[in-house]
Amino acid sequence: MADTATRPAHSRRRFLAGLAGIGAAGMGAAPLTGCSALGLGTGREARGLDVWTLTDPVQNKIQRAALARLRRSHPVPAKLTPFPNTGYTQKLRIAMGTSDGPDVFWSWGGESLRPYHDAGLVVDLADRFGKDTRWRDAFLPAALQAARVDDREPLGLPVRGMQPVILFCNQTLFDEHDLRPPRTWDELLDVVDAFVDADVLPVSLAGAESWCELMWFECITGRLTGAGALRKIFAGERGSWRHPAIEEALDRIQNLVRRGAFGRAFGSVSYGSGGASALFAKGRAAMHLMGSWEYSNLRNDHTRFTEEGLSWVSFPEIPGGTGDPRALVGNNTNYLSINARSSDIDAGLDLVGTQLAARPFIDALIKAGDVPAAVGIEDRLSDLAPDPDFALHVYRIVSEAPDFTLSWDQAMLPAVKEAMLSSLQQIFLEELSPRQFVDAMEVIQ
Amino acid sequence: MTAPAPAPARPAFLGRTRAASHTDNAARPGALYAVPAILVFGVFALVPLVLVGWLSFTTWNGLGDPRWTGLGNWRDLITDPGLLHSLRITAVLTIAGWAVQTPLALLLGVWAAGAQRGRAVASALVFLPLLLSGAATALVWKALLDPNFGLAGSVGPWVGMPDGNLLGTAGGALTAIIAVGAWQFVPFHMLMYQAAARNVPAHLYEAATIDGAGRVRQFWSITLPQLRNTVVTSSTLMIVGSMTTFETILILTDGGPGAGTQSMPFRMYQQAFKSFEMGPASALATVLVLFGTALSLLIVRFSGFSRMRSTLEGI
Repeated sequence: MADTATRPAHSRRRFLAGLAGIGAAGMGAAPLTGCSALGLGTGREARGLDVWTLTDPVQNKIQRAALARLRRSHPVPAKLTPFPNTGYTQKLRIAMGTSDGPDVFWSWGGESLRPYHDAGLVVDLADRFGKDTRWRDAFLPAALQAARVDDREPLGLPVRGMQPVILFCNQTLFDEHDLRPPRTWDELLDVVDAFVDADVLPVSLAGAESWCELMWFECITGRLTGAGALRKIFAGERGSWRHPAIEEALDRIQNLVRRGAFGRAFGSVSYGSGGASALFAKGRAAMHLMGSWEYSNLRNDHTRFTEEGLSWVSFPEIPGGTGDPRALVGNNTNYLSINARSSDIDAGLDLVGTQLAARPFIDALIKAGDVPAAVGIEDRLSDLAPDPDFALHVYRIVSEAPDFTLSWDQAMLPAVKEAMLSSLQQIFLEELSPRQFVDAMEVIQ
Repeated sequence: MTAPAPAPARPAFLGRTRAASHTDNAARPGALYAVPAILVFGVFALVPLVLVGWLSFTTWNGLGDPRWTGLGNWRDLITDPGLLHSLRITAVLTIAGWAVQTPLALLLGVWAAGAQRGRAVASALVFLPLLLSGAATALVWKALLDPNFGLAGSVGPWVGMPDGNLLGTAGGALTAIIAVGAWQFVPFHMLMYQAAARNVPAHLYEAATIDGAGRVRQFWSITLPQLRNTVVTSSTLMIVGSMTTFETILILTDGGPGAGTQSMPFRMYQQAFKSFEMGPASALATVLVLFGTALSLLIVRFSGFSRMRSTLEGI
């Protein structure tokens, strides 16, 4: 739920990538005209296929192997260009604005893909593949949701695993205090009160980064109402923020804050530097609401805890809410799409349409701890995944989900998103009332 | 203290002298010498500046061609309540940054100007933060200010923050940015003051001692007036620097909590590279440029810096 510029594929990298982001940021006002205004851009024919992706040693290796396999059918040189997470969105936007952009690019779907579609810069896969729909039938429909701009056929295909938001629990703490992970809202409140009484922080929340707070807002709203109300918000319809579920969700958040669910110092805790994860894994906080990528982070950084003390549940049901309790929110997955200005669209189509669903690619993802979006891979998950329990859990909840809402900050217009994120921080700090939040968002909408 | 002596004759540069007139121009090299600097400045500063000015009248999301929208962005900018807020944040950062850094740098610099070996070692230590990049500094401080695993939890209670929740409140976050800025930039200004203080002729102090002036009196009556030009230079750099503080905010608070630390440069970045609204961001950038320029001009004008009189004149 991070803004695209900072969203973790794996959190630790993000921390370091901050450094690189400064480069892009430091460019500041002066060069923002980019190259297109100056008419720069040279020599794309000589280059072959350039594939832009995020820096991730494990994933990049898997992606390079896919490019190597591509070379068998397309003897063009293909090159992987990885970028750090922070600043990627900005770099991509500037490069795509020139004639020298990548041939194939990585995105989060939703609003990170729409502007390129609107500018006519994304190859329409359905158009290219015609009646044969195997290219998209190879993937779970819920995972393709974010690649469907305006309910069209997907404009990109999954290059990574699925990342729904999950409520992680420190089972050791729950056992010690004779509690069980909450399944309903009332249970959640009871658990919060019990942990507060026992002087344990109920929930680890990285309040310095508002996308972490957004997960609570998304999950509660998702339980209170279905996806229809949200679609209106994402579409920028006037009055859409006035849906009663929004105000109620914010009310419930402030109720949690007042009960001490997040402690008092959450506003200074950050996710990128590992603060929130450490609170949770070191036994100082009982719950952590986070994307499923948190599992691999915990496994890397707190191996023993992950093996002995970690459990997970879906977000609690809210009695009276009309949202389907199986509905999910989070990063559907990440997509590769093809630049319509590419000099070798066929090679791009082969990469995206064939290699991404190919068995060696999917198997490599599973072995790396991802839960790919490919159809019918339960057996391979239980054979190859480093932790089959977790992988199968994620795979099943996505397969059964009637709706997998893309993280709101990816689904909204960037300007609305920025306003929402900073207002939400004020909700958590109780500087804004739910009504004021709604009013403020309506003004911006 | 001393009677004015005739100014020394100016040396003739590069063998070119004009006997007829002894103006400044006579001794300066020709315009050709400035060409490289003018070229670099033109390509990397003036051209982008003009383009940004033009962009401020357009709508552009970075893709395709900018669309002319006339004064729309400027109208929005003037009526934007966020502008006033970020202006206030910027003003606080600038004024507080100057007020905190100047006395520290001045005192440290004058102290470090002494010849003792211990002082040289100590100033070398104080100087260290300047060697770190701004981003690295901010990252380190962010880790230090973590309330649970950083120093903030243990130091917080002493400064009225029992939870160490420094970055979680608007006031605390602003204070943190000012403090980190001071930690980072005081060494640089200290260096300026140190060099300038070493240039104060020793005989001034000797004369003052004979006249019975104590250390404090000497500081106010000799050191400070002698450092006048340095104070102006350093203040200009500090004020323009604080006004454009960006990376510390981006990394340390990301403009938060809420909009608590959204200064003008941060807001400009957010509009340009997070919201991809290049038009409004360019309008804001233009305002920033005008502000910065106006401020430097004001400082130079009212401080007498433009007359560039040496503090050693007449000594």
